[in-house]
Amino acid sequence: MSRAEAVLPAEGQPIDQVPIVRVTGLEKSFGPLKVLDGVSFAVQPGQMVAVVGRSGSGKSTMLRCLNGLEDIQGGTIEICGHQVGRPGSWNKAQLRSDVGMVFQSYNLFPHLTVERNITLALTLVQKKPKADARRIALAVLEQVGLAEKAQAYPEQLSGGQQQRVAIARSLALSPQVMLFDEVTSALDPELTVEVLKVMEDLSRGGMTMILVTHEMGFARRVAHSVIFMHRGRVWESGPTAELFARPQTIEFQQFVGSVL
Amino acid sequence: MTQFNSFHLLYLVDAAKWTILLSLIAFAGGAVLGMALALSRLSQWRALRWLAIGYIQIVQGTPLLILLFLAYFGLGILGAKLEPVVAAGLALTLYTGAFLGEIWRGCIQSVPRTQWEASDCLGLDRLQQYVWVILPQATRIAIPPTVGFMVQVVKNTSLASIIGFIELARAGQIVNNSTFQPFLVFVCVGAIYFALCYPLSVTSRYLERKLHVAR
Ligand SMILES: Nc1ncnc2c1ncn2[C@@H]1O[C@H](COP(=O)(O)OP(=O)(O)OP(=O)(O)O)[C@@H](O)[C@H]1O
Ligand SMILES: [Mg+2]
Repeated sequence: MSRAEAVLPAEGQPIDQVPIVRVTGLEKSFGPLKVLDGVSFAVQPGQMVAVVGRSGSGKSTMLRCLNGLEDIQGGTIEICGHQVGRPGSWNKAQLRSDVGMVFQSYNLFPHLTVERNITLALTLVQKKPKADARRIALAVLEQVGLAEKAQAYPEQLSGGQQQRVAIARSLALSPQVMLFDEVTSALDPELTVEVLKVMEDLSRGGMTMILVTHEMGFARRVAHSVIFMHRGRVWESGPTAELFARPQTIEFQQFVGSVL
Repeated sequence: MTQFNSFHLLYLVDAAKWTILLSLIAFAGGAVLGMALALSRLSQWRALRWLAIGYIQIVQGTPLLILLFLAYFGLGILGAKLEPVVAAGLALTLYTGAFLGEIWRGCIQSVPRTQWEASDCLGLDRLQQYVWVILPQATRIAIPPTVGFMVQVVKNTSLASIIGFIELARAGQIVNNSTFQPFLVFVCVGAIYFALCYPLSVTSRYLERKLHVAR
């Protein structure tokens, strides 16, 4: 079992700090197919956690469960104080205001300008006045280096730019935790770099982030800790440097060997 | 017997007003009904879904002619004697709604599921998702099939002549009965129908282009 159940301490932080995300014994099935089979881990505020593993190991599903996009069959998920998954114990609207999510396929709204993509939820959900929403939109666009694209439509942007807008759109709602699902997998290598740069800056700024990624170099360099998923479980996890220096399981060793 | 003359032509053009009126009633009523049916078909509430499916199946499986008979003679026997224009408007509304409902449901469903997910993750509720994210995209997809169907409806208003309503096609018959120049008369009638339908197609193409650029 090794370190699979271990609570992840953020580097340089006391271990007894209250985690902002705590998952215990999470189980998820699609019909007869059990995709998550007792996933447990915890994330401290301000940490960047990289979730890695082979295709089909349940990484995306786990992330979607965290955000309440999938119902769960067992275990508990506590994220920013919301008990996600247990009916009646969490409020979707409140969860949405605390947790942001960015997808592999950007999912910008194609009929709206970049700025409107960002202000939409600010005005509709957070009920901000138009002028405030605009100011926030321009600020987050500045942050991802796209202030000059505010009036462009998504299809006029490169994939990397679209993904940065998607990150800005999520960021604008000032979430406490951000979830990223393979946000660079659809991008060419040059475009990947600019998106990863944005995420690195975010992490530096203290954002709590959980990212599913195949960018092993990035995970190794930037993530505070790493979760290796295998067969619907947390097979191995721990602080990044330690984990890569002394892999405990043969599966993780093989995985690292196959991707590096 | 008289020769086909400008009075006959004016009579036809005048009758075309009724064709236009019937078409407008059918579009307006059919659009409201169609939207309600499309949203009901996609509702999370099962009873509503089945109600909409049942309605659509029954109406789509019934000839418009029968709907016209039912609205005029049928309701008449039940004591609700409607003016021909009201009965025809009602039948065309019921008919148009059933078809637009199915067309629009398909358009709404062809907006990628990920658009629902992304807007959900931003905290929009279902109504906000429809209004701000899904329907604007579905509208663009819906324009060509909707206009195509509207052209059908304009032509189908001619069936209202069967319940004694004098619209363009019926007016053509009347003129022909007094002139016996069927070829000339019905070419004129056909030309007026074309003049009504062609602008629709042109508008459709224009809207498509415009909405495509603005996205
Ligand atoms: N909606 C669904 N219905 C049925 N099965 C699903 C569904 N979503 C995922 N699965 C299955 O669950 C398993 C885990 O999928 P998941 O997408 O979580 O894997 P992943 O680790 O993200 O893989 P990848 O690296 O390829 O993205 C797979 O076997 C997949 O086929
Ligand atoms: Mg995945």
